[in-house]
Order: sequence, then structure tokens, then C-alpha cells
Amino acid sequence: MAATEAPTGVLTRVARSRGTSPLARYGSVLATLVTLVLVFVIGSTRYTGFLDSQTILNLFIDNAFLIVLAVGMTFVILTGGIDLSMGAVMALSTMVTARLLIAGWAPGPVIAAVLVLGCLFGLGVGFFIRVFEVQPFIATLAAMFLARGLCFVVSPNSLSITDPFFVSLSQSRIRLWPTGTAFDGRTLYAFISPSVIVALVIVAIAAWVLHATRFGRTVYAIGGNQGSAELMGLPVARTQVLVYVVSGLCSAIGGLIFATYSLSGYALTGVGVELDAISAVVIGGTLLTGGSGFVIGSLLGVLVLGTIQTIISFEGTLSSWWTKIVIGALLLVFVVLQRLLIIRRRT
Amino acid sequence: MRSLTRSNVFWPLIALVALLAVNVAARPGFLGVRMQDGHLYGSIIDILRNTSPILLVAIGMTLVIATRGIDLSVGALVAIAGAVACTQIAASPSPGSAATVLIAIGTAVLVCLVLGVWNGFLVSVVGIQPIIATLILMTAGRGIAMLVTGGQITTVNSPLYKSIGAGYLLTLPVSAIIAGVVLAATALLTRRTALGTLVESVGINPEASRLAGVRARSIIWTVYVFSALCAAIAGILISSNVTAADANNNGLWIELDAILAVVIGGTSLMGGKFSLTGTLIGAFIIETLRITVISLGIAPEVNLVFKAVVVILVCLLQSPVVQRRFRARRRAVAQEHGEAVEVVA
Amino acid sequence: MATRTTPPGPGPGIPAPVHDAQAIVRMTGIVVEFPGVRALQGVDLVLRAGEVHALLGENGAGKSTLIRALTGVRPPDAGQIEVDGRPVAIHGPAQAQALGISTVYQEVNLCPNLSVAENIMLGREPRRAGGIDWRRMRRQAAEVLGRLNVDIDPASPLSAHSIAVQQLVAIARAMQVDARVLILDEPTSSLDADEVAELFRVMRGLREDGVAILFVTHFLEQVDEIADRITVLRNGARVGERRTSEMTRLELVSMMIGRELAVLEDIAQDAESREEAAARSGDGSAPTPFVRAIGLGRRGSIEPFDLDVYPGEVVGLAGLLGSGRSELARLLFGADHADSGTLEVDGAPVRLRTPRAAIGERIAFSSENRKAEGLVEDLTVRENIVLGLQAARGWARRVPQRKQDELTAHYIEALGIRPANPEALVRNLSGGNQQKVLLARWLATAPRLLILDEPTRGIDVGAKAEIQKLVHDLALEGMSVVFISAELDEVLRLSNRIAVLRDRRKVAEIVNGPDVTARDVLELIASGGQE
Repeated sequence: MAATEAPTGVLTRVARSRGTSPLARYGSVLATLVTLVLVFVIGSTRYTGFLDSQTILNLFIDNAFLIVLAVGMTFVILTGGIDLSMGAVMALSTMVTARLLIAGWAPGPVIAAVLVLGCLFGLGVGFFIRVFEVQPFIATLAAMFLARGLCFVVSPNSLSITDPFFVSLSQSRIRLWPTGTAFDGRTLYAFISPSVIVALVIVAIAAWVLHATRFGRTVYAIGGNQGSAELMGLPVARTQVLVYVVSGLCSAIGGLIFATYSLSGYALTGVGVELDAISAVVIGGTLLTGGSGFVIGSLLGVLVLGTIQTIISFEGTLSSWWTKIVIGALLLVFVVLQRLLIIRRRT
Repeated sequence: MRSLTRSNVFWPLIALVALLAVNVAARPGFLGVRMQDGHLYGSIIDILRNTSPILLVAIGMTLVIATRGIDLSVGALVAIAGAVACTQIAASPSPGSAATVLIAIGTAVLVCLVLGVWNGFLVSVVGIQPIIATLILMTAGRGIAMLVTGGQITTVNSPLYKSIGAGYLLTLPVSAIIAGVVLAATALLTRRTALGTLVESVGINPEASRLAGVRARSIIWTVYVFSALCAAIAGILISSNVTAADANNNGLWIELDAILAVVIGGTSLMGGKFSLTGTLIGAFIIETLRITVISLGIAPEVNLVFKAVVVILVCLLQSPVVQRRFRARRRAVAQEHGEAVEVVA
Repeated sequence: MATRTTPPGPGPGIPAPVHDAQAIVRMTGIVVEFPGVRALQGVDLVLRAGEVHALLGENGAGKSTLIRALTGVRPPDAGQIEVDGRPVAIHGPAQAQALGISTVYQEVNLCPNLSVAENIMLGREPRRAGGIDWRRMRRQAAEVLGRLNVDIDPASPLSAHSIAVQQLVAIARAMQVDARVLILDEPTSSLDADEVAELFRVMRGLREDGVAILFVTHFLEQVDEIADRITVLRNGARVGERRTSEMTRLELVSMMIGRELAVLEDIAQDAESREEAAARSGDGSAPTPFVRAIGLGRRGSIEPFDLDVYPGEVVGLAGLLGSGRSELARLLFGADHADSGTLEVDGAPVRLRTPRAAIGERIAFSSENRKAEGLVEDLTVRENIVLGLQAARGWARRVPQRKQDELTAHYIEALGIRPANPEALVRNLSGGNQQKVLLARWLATAPRLLILDEPTRGIDVGAKAEIQKLVHDLALEGMSVVFISAELDEVLRLSNRIAVLRDRRKVAEIVNGPDVTARDVLELIASGGQE
């Protein structure tokens, strides 16, 4: 009864018609974009001056460090892991920066040292997770304690940064386009700080890496099915460790940006900021189970969080704790939507 | 002896004993207990009292983790419980009366139970991942607590309330007695009835359990409500100890300490078999660590690093890699002694 | 299961392979030891170019271990592996791949969130300016797919395709890395007849290209159809290696279980009692049906159907993969909710909203997905067996320890569960014993209707026979059984009545008898019930 040549394409004819549109593939980012626009519309209808270009640019300036952190967190979450130590490593970076500058180091070596520190920390965490098979939640929790503890060892009090290079960075403005004239005749410009450039460059690099390199595709593969990725011969062990190096590096860069922003090193910086990063990543459409999501989404997620913060500060009468409640509610909406979509896709 | 070494609580127990030994070495009177003001007094008593809130939260967390879930919102729940209770007492004309205190506690517990129902709903009915479902309340919860206290630290003047967290009954701290009672009740509930096995079954394989007729959904829902209850009681203990509700700082990071206590105690984050004894030991380890740093005269800044190092060590010892190495060595020893080796076809 | 008089041969139209085709892989004296267990004891295996070599054996015989030794996942403790005559030491899948040995597993170990092209090419992807050259990658992927005559869009995500197509993509990946040895581990377990035919077409093409194929399976008819040579493992040792043309089916099976097929023949001999049972059901002298489904259906899952199940009878569900058999069973149990129709138990309508409600009505269901939906692997044999009973009692009333011990001991003996240790973790048992534990759990709830979905899948021949006998005995004792199996032989052997399903619809129902053959049922499936 078996034919020597079954009709070709019996299965594949069906398979061919089932492609996926770009809409389905990038749908999650689209949803975040819609949310961002929506939140913006709400803000602009309630307050005059909300749509001012500088308000939008301030979003980037104030949240540049969070954008970088969210990029690092995206890498980790894409592999199905999590990094609870980002805030602590960021704080440690500010402490080390301040300390080294006070000790007389030049800015260049300080920056290099801090970046290396971040990478080494991430390397240790990645090692802990991969070689000893400790769960990422627990491993990065312990790392958070360690980093935060080291902050207190460096100095329990706040340290100021007075190095001229950092001070000038903190005050430097990159002018973009003229927005009018001041009362004394000077032209006013819309501006951003250098940290924004750094953040956007990092987003671009991350997007390219994730889309177009073997490392990036392996990150997605691990999130999709780690066992399969290993059997396919992909460098899973190396990649798993490297994503934590990436998040450590991003924490360090975030710390440098924050140090420039606040001109100080303080051990209690960034307490809970990793949760903000996770929220941004989830709102940005990345699945916590891994394998699906884009850094652009995380960037938009940070902007959403920042816009909500801005609205609340514009509101004036509301206090900052409302931010937490609103973000919590937004998180809920996104998560439920993600869940509904998954249920719909399965039936 | 072998069964003791094989048991999961062996290493944590050793760690705790070692920590206590270090303390005794540094402060020879460490284990000393004496009577004073009609109750027991000493470092050990302090440990008992201070461990109680963490232990309570960790008990609830143990059951949640056993179902392969996690509850990140307990810190926020602790803050909310304290906030609700304290604002009630502060607003009442007779803050010291038993009725006021009881109503305040009751309201706080009720509010937290409702929030626990909310958490359970998200996880068991909507099907959201526990980490993200409870993250929502963790994020919004402190905001809610702030809302309740109006952004102020609410202090209360109620000796009766204070006695819950700081008082003594029959020479022992009230908080330790409360925690002990809850622990005993939970142990009885899970082991004497089939609740423990069903929780483990749901944690290991929820779908198989459902098809076997286990009410998986109810069980998962219940453990989140239970966790909220434990957090509420802990919140009462904390806020009554300082007779104030500080929405920002009450129970800060207690969820992380609780999760650590559970994991150090041997329960796996992947769910399944759990050990309340292990959680008890884990909670003590965390508090003893803090005391050890002080006993050793180490600068308090180093406290966190010290804690981190010990935690990392325990995680290493409990890691699957190290466990496998131990198990292989144990089997090799058994083989050497000519014990029968089974052949699995 | 009559004995063959003429030995089977490879598929028609394909010339028999050359006798001393060049050996690509030669494994000699392979020994693999785990603590306390000798999984492989000096096994030899030779894989020759242009030959399909089937590897057979019961569960626990050592097939997976042998493959892991060859692919480097778990290198052997003793013995030698030669590739092209040179001894090699393989330490991991990457190295095996470099030597030209590729594996396609039953679970299709690819990443469903990546595209087809990535799944084929990742690891050897073409580069451009430091990054991946997508256009060339898609083109190369299309080339490989074309060589296998599989026509799908390389840019589409893998998850958009069925398991059968995903398996072909996995083979494409193996071919892309110029595999000379292709190991297929149970590739046909989830495929229907069309898909199996497609797979075999691809395999024949590869065979003509000189690839050595190691085909692990337990479907004996498929071995007849496609394999040139057969190796049988039993208890970690090789008991035979023959060319397919030189072995009869009976020889093959007795090599695998090492004893005469008396048990299976006994059941076949039960034709008389089957006649009685057939006469018993549905002729008016029978009691009312225990369970009656009237127009029961679920949108997207199975069209409304009617089914009566009488006490003491076995109703078999026959149909191809995807015909809706499991869906029908799940509706009877309340594992899924019905959109339409009613279910009556003992003449009274019931609403089975949850499995718990069904168990309350004395209906039991053993899922086909043993691992994911049946057993709780980290619990002991005792805890698993008692679970159903305990769940029915609720959490407050624990089943007393003494009763638990009695129950467990009873079923360990009655079903022959090995090892006979009630505190053994279920995850350490072989597939056949795991199925027995699952059965014990359901039997402990004293059901009046037992629904078995693929209870003998992936189980060794010995355990298969034991379970079939058990079903037979249960029916004789008055239990109703709904029996689902992909192997028509089994359904015919055990059922009093057979419901035929196709494309999610029940198309026919026949009374079984000694003169009903597999062909009759297949014709019913093919014609969709229309004459």
C-alpha cells in the first residue's frame, strides 16, 4: 500500500499558507506604542504645555539610565532569566566612581574601571547561575545583597563628585533646534544631555546584536527552548553567562549616567529600580518566560513609565505614591492582555 | 545518622549551629538567659522575638513556593496591615481599649485577606505568572499603604497594641508565641490532613493533579490567601513593636528575606516537596546572621556583605551540582561496602 | 497477530542495498554504567551507508543510552567507536555533528520561536559585516528544503507548522551540516499515516544519497516497510542483528521479550468470549447503558456525537491522529467542557464541569500524555496511587496510612509493578511501570467506566500484553471500558464495539466479531462512514 513517492507537499501545501504577517510579529511593540501615545494624549489634554518638545526630551534625559538598565534586563529576560541586582550594581558603580575620583584618578581610567567592574560582577553572577545551576532569582538576589553591601563598605554616606569632567558633562546641553526667544533676547533651544545619546546608541547596538548576530539569536533560542538550543549545538553555556555580563555592563553604564546626573555616589541609589526595569520590559511586550520581545519595546516601556511620572508631577496635588499605583495598574492591564492573547493563540 | 545527613535540613542546621557557635565564641554570655521584669531576657530571646515576623511571612511563602509560585507582595501587605491597624487605632477615641485594638487588627487582617484573594485570583483563574501577578501588588501596594496613612508615619499610643509586638506572656515574647502557634497550626494542617500532599502534588504537576480530581485551582488560590494572612499578622507584629506605621519602611525587603529563608531551608523554588522545619531554621539563620555581625564587632556596613556571603555559600551547598557530587560519593561508599546494587532493566 | 509465513522485505520498487555497503560508524563493546546500574553491556552496532537500520527494544533496553553514547551526550565508559575506520572519542553533540552524526528527536528539539531558516542554519549561518546575512541564509535554507522536496517559507516561524513539518525541518538541519549518519529517535509516534508516508519518502531519498539512517521505533509494521536491517536490544545487551528480509515478525518479537507470545495468543483465543460479549451488548437483553452521550460536542474539538457505553463492555475508538478520539474521551470525563448535548449517567443527566465531578460519578480517565497529565513524578508510587482516592475525599480527610499501605501493596502485586517498592519515586520507573501506577490510581477509585487513552503507547511488548489482559479481565468483571489506541490490532483484539472517528466526527459504529478485520475499519475511516 505504500507508494514509493507520496505526493509531495501534502503537508507542506497546508504549511505554506500559514505564514505570519509583520503585524503578528511586531504586535507587542505596537501595543506599547499605542499605550505611549494614549498616555501622552491624556497628559496633553489635561495640561497645557505637556506637548512641549522639551517635556518629551526631558523624558529621555531623566530616564536615560533606566533605558540602559532596561536594555540589559531585556537580554536577561529573553533567555528566561531575571536580574534583581541591577539597581545594586548601579549604586555600586556610582560609589566606585565617586571614590576613585576622590582618590585622584582621572575620569578616563575611572570610567574604564567601573565598566570592567560591572562586567566582572555579571561574569560572577552568570557563572553562579550556569555552573552551579542556581536559579537566576536566588542568584541575582544574593548578588544584590553583595553589591548593596559593598556599597556600604565603600562608604555609608553620600560621596560628592567634584571632578571637572563629570561636572561639565552633567551640565552640558546638546542643542537641537530653536524653540523661541527668552525675555532677554537669547534664543532658547530644545536640548538633550549626552547621556541620552549614550542610551540611544546602546539601544541601537543592542537591537542590532539581538537581531543580526549569532549571540543574539542564541539568546532568543535559549528563551524558546534551552534544551533544544543545546542539542542544536549552539553556544548556550557561553551565551547564558554573557547575558549577565551584558546586564552587569548596562548596570555599570546606568550607574555612570546616574553619577553624572546626581554628581554623587550614594549607597541607597536605585533601590527597587530593577523592578522599574522589569516593568518597562514587560510593558514593552517581552514575555517573562523568554524567547519573545524587542529592545525597542523596552525603550517604549521606559517612556511610558516616564510619562506617567511626568503626568503625576504635573498634577501637583497627587503625591508620588500614586505613580506606584498607576504603574501597578498598567502592568496589570498589559499582563492580562498578554495572557488573553496567549489563550487565544492556543485555541 | 545517615538519614539525618540525607535529610534536606541537615546543611541549614549545621549552618545555624555554626553561626551560634561563632556568636558564643565572640560573646561568651551569648546563650545566657535570665529573668528580668517578670520575663526571660537575653540575646536568644531577642532572636526569638525578631525572627517572628520573618518566620510568619516565610511560612506563608513556603506553601506558595511549594505550588511553584511566589509572592512578592508580602512586603507591601505588611505595610498595608500596619497602616490600616494604626490609622484605625489613632483615629479612635480610646486607643488603649481592647475593643479598639481587636477591631483594628480585624480590619487589617480582612483587608489583607481581600488582597490575598486578589493575588490568588490573578494566578489561579486568570493564569498570570505568580512573579508578575504579585509584582503588581508589590508595586502598587506601598502606594496603597501610603494612601491609607496619608503619607505620614502614623504613631499610636496604645500599650495594649504595643504588647503584641513587644510584650511578654508567660515569660516569652508574645510575638514568638504567635509565630510558634501559627507554625504549629500550619504543620498540623499540612501533615495531619492531606493538604500537604495535595499542595506538593499541585506544585509538581498542576495538570496531572487536576485530572486526578484534585481541586488545583482552589488549592493555588488558598495558598495566596494564606500567605496574605501570614503577612498581615507579621505586619501587626512589626507595627505594634514600634507602635507606628511607616508605609515606606515597614517590611522593606521582607519578601526577599522570606524567600531566602524558605530556600535555605531546603524547599525548592521549582515547587513540590516543602519543609516547614527547614523554613524555621532558615528564618533563624537570617536573623542570627544579623546578630553575628554585631557580636563580632564588625562595622554594621559590612552586615549586608556578610549576609550575602553566607547566603551564597548556602546556595552553593544546596546547588544541584554539589548535591549530585555528594550523592555520587555516598553511593560509591555504599558500593565499597558491598551493598546490593540494583539493576534496572 | 498471526505469525507471518513469508518474511517481509523493504518497500517495493527500491533495490536491496549492497551487502557490504561501507560501514560509516562501527561501535564495538559499548559499556555504559550508571551508579548501581549497567545500562549497556558490551553492545555492538554498525551503521552502513545507504541503509536504514532499525533499533528495537523494550523500554529500558538501552536504546536511548546507546544513542547518547553515539552522540556524545553521555560518552561510553568502555568500548570503542570508529568513524570511517578511525577510532574517535565523542564528547558532545557539537563534536558528533562535526563527525557527520546528527540526531532528530521525537520532541523535535528545535526552537519554535525562531524562523525555519534560523532553525536550519543557526550555528553555521552565513555572515556579512560581522552580522548574519539573512538573504543568503534564507536562500541556503530553501536549498536544503528543496533537496528534501519540502516546500515551506524559510522566513516563517517554526511554530506556525505542524509537528510533522517541524520534524522535516529538523532533518533539513541535519542535512545542512552534511550529516552522513542520521539518527531518528521515535519520529513517527505523533504522526498520522500521511505524515509517516512523507517522512518515509524523505528517508528513502536520503538513503539513495548514501546516508546511514538509524531508525528507533516500536512500530513493527513501519520496521517492515522501511528498514533494511534490524538490531534488537534487551536488558542492555544486543540479542540480535539481522536483515529485515531474514526475520519473521514472531522471531522479532520473541527476541524483544524473550518468551513465546502465549499471552497475546491467549487473548486472540478469547474469540469465543468476545462473541458472547458482542451478543451481550445492545440487543435489548442488556441492562441500560451506564453512560450515554446524546449530541455531546465541543466547538473546534469534536462534533456532536452519540455514544452508549454498557456495563461490562469495551468500546474501542478507532481513527487516525487528529480524528478526535482523545477529545471525545475528555468530554466524557469532563476534562473539557461540552458546548452542546447532554451526558447521562444511569439514565439521569449530569453536568461534568470538572474531573472531580466525573470521578464522583465513578468515571475515570487515563490521559495519553502520561508524563504531563498523568503522573506526579516527584511523588512516590504510593502517593501517586492514592492520589485519586485522596482527591475525591478532599484535603481534610486523609486516607489512613494503613489503608494506603494495603492499597499500594495490592496493586503492586496485581499489576506487577517493578520495582516493588511503594516509596520509590515514580520518575525512576520505566514507561510500562509508570502506566501501571497510573492505572492503579484509577482502579483504586473503583470506577464503573474506565477511559484509557493510549495506555500502551511507548511501552514494551511484555507490559503491553499485561495491560491488554487487564482491560479484558476488567470488562469481564462488569466494568465499562472506553479504549483508545493508535494500533488497530489492539482495538480489534479488545473491543466489543468499535466507534470509528474521522476529522473530529464520529462516522460509524460497528459491533466487533471474529470476522471483523482491520481492513474493514480502515475502509470505514477512509470512506467517512458513507458506503
